[in-house]
Amino acid sequence: MPRYTYRPFDYVAPPELTGGPVRDAPVVIVGAGPIGLAAAIDLALHGVASVVVDESDVVSVGSRAICWAKRTLEIFDRLGVGERMVEKGVTWKVGRLFHGEREVYSFDLLPEDGHKMPAFINLQQYYVEEYLVDRARDFPELIDLRWKSRLVGLAQTEAGVTATIETPDGRYDLAGRYLIAADGSRSTIRHLMGLEFEGTTFEDRFLIADVEMTADFPSERWFWFEPPFHPGQTALLHKQPDDIYRIDLQLDASADPEVEKRPENVIPRIEKAVGGRPFTLDWVSLYTFRCVRLARFVHGRVIFAGDSAHVVSPFGARGGNGGIQDVDNLAWKLAAVVKGEADAALLETYDRERVHATDENITNSSRSTNFMSPRTPMERLFRDQLLALAEDHPFARPMINSGRLSRPASLRGHVAAAPDGGGGPVHPGDPCPDAPLDGGFLLERLGGRFSLLAIGTAAPATLLPVLTLGSESLAAERYGRGLFLVRPDQHIAASWAPGEAGTAEIDAAVEAASARTKELA
Amino acid sequence: MDSATYRLGLDGDEIYAELLALHEGLSEAESAALNARLVLLLVNAVGERSRVEAAFAAARRPKG
Ligand SMILES: Cc1cc2nc3c(=O)[nH]c(=O)nc-3n(C[C@H](O)[C@H](O)[C@H](O)COP(=O)(O)OP(=O)(O)OC[C@H]3O[C@@H](n4cnc5c(N)ncnc54)[C@H](O)[C@@H]3O)c2cc1C
Repeated sequence: MPRYTYRPFDYVAPPELTGGPVRDAPVVIVGAGPIGLAAAIDLALHGVASVVVDESDVVSVGSRAICWAKRTLEIFDRLGVGERMVEKGVTWKVGRLFHGEREVYSFDLLPEDGHKMPAFINLQQYYVEEYLVDRARDFPELIDLRWKSRLVGLAQTEAGVTATIETPDGRYDLAGRYLIAADGSRSTIRHLMGLEFEGTTFEDRFLIADVEMTADFPSERWFWFEPPFHPGQTALLHKQPDDIYRIDLQLDASADPEVEKRPENVIPRIEKAVGGRPFTLDWVSLYTFRCVRLARFVHGRVIFAGDSAHVVSPFGARGGNGGIQDVDNLAWKLAAVVKGEADAALLETYDRERVHATDENITNSSRSTNFMSPRTPMERLFRDQLLALAEDHPFARPMINSGRLSRPASLRGHVAAAPDGGGGPVHPGDPCPDAPLDGGFLLERLGGRFSLLAIGTAAPATLLPVLTLGSESLAAERYGRGLFLVRPDQHIAASWAPGEAGTAEIDAAVEAASARTKELA
Repeated sequence: MDSATYRLGLDGDEIYAELLALHEGLSEAESAALNARLVLLLVNAVGERSRVEAAFAAARRPKG
């Protein structure tokens, strides 16, 4: 298989510099990584135009993110790229844990059927971005992608933002009513605004390599504590498409990164990890990890999303997955505000909900990273003894923390106060569970706008779209019987027991969840 | 003693983190003393002699 070929996107001199007609796009998006691209597509699906600027003209260099979680895939599916990603990606759900030579534990992340999307796929970030760019091109009227366009200055007033963009043809000012800062972990915008990340930096270094190998490894996640091929450390192996494997090797804080990175040192380790199978080295990089976030994600008309707002260590795959959930939460709200359908206060709920979800990701990623690189002799003692117990005592095995893999954040208790009468397993703030429906899937029929799901009951008169399901279905098992108000991002906004809600109650719940300023059309 | 079943549900990671946090800032001797107090407290919390003794045996031979 050929390695990924980067095809540069065409830079086109912008109308601001050539004197052509300037389009009026209400939203400026800085950064065409997964987050900026997904945001542009989601806004376009809501009919809102954006200009996306990126300083580069190729997709992600080096693969970085590979693991995409079920909830992210459901969001990608709503955006129209989920099926393509699953088709290309390596689907997996089983993780195996080794201590030394021995397998001590394995887990299955999706033990039940009846979901459209798998627990995880592995797909290199460059493919994810390529597919998102292709999808963005389905909206030529609404998405204006501008490559080799670097934000170098930013001003905001009560009414909007002005970004100064540098191009090969010089600088120009780009005006918008809102700006999404999706410019990654080294965010220029964060620096220009004088905002600081808060959180923890971990000392240990991790060597991350992609190798090309024709092997018969199963599609599983393999994690080692103290592997025979890398004494005293941890290692992680993942399979990617195109016969590429990702290998993470933990290094001592005292190891010399420049020495460790040399092929003559890397290759023997990997050889042992893959049991002597022939391979070639595709990409090697060294990382230290942080678990940090901004105190707030919304700063007037500048809204941070993805790595510009928060960064986590990759154990648990919560970085890119968290960022895509930011977009899912933000796009419908920003679209409603821009269209004048909702009060700007709605954007505060993005801040509240995603800060909460980010803290969940930070907590989980920090604990995993601590477990792998204990900070004190006592922490190491507990870790090592837990591993020792795990060999013969099953209770200890689930306590071994090699990364708690990204799960959809529940916003329970963090969304606008709402009736919670469903009586089943789901509550306001939860992401909607999927279920089979008419030969397809439930989530394909929800989202994009507010709608009502009526399970085993009839919906009262309403202007919302209604989906009615019987009480003898997997959906009924996963939701319970009742009426469920579903947000555009496929989260439950409110629920009622059968017969409990009339038109007025439903209307009030929509109003509370959407900060609506206009009557339903 | 039932060391086969994991009993902490979704709280396992949180409890483990709290356990580590107990030791934060302590010297080695202070940590050892804390662990001793903790064992005595948990022995009493378990209560039943046969279960406590099974735990003793398991701890003595982690690879038994
Ligand atoms: C080794 C590694 C492994 C990882 N594995 C996973 C994983 O398995 N799963 C997962 O979910 N996440 C993973 N992550 C995290 C994931 O890569 C990031 O969370 C993700 O890339 C964030 O996307 P983003 O769009 O916010 O930022 P980026 O992908 O960094 O994109 C930012 C974009 O902004 C552009 N830009 C920057 N500054 C400017 C400027 N001034 N003007 C214009 N454009 C600008 C850049 O060119 C870039 O295209 C991993 C990260 C690393 C490092």
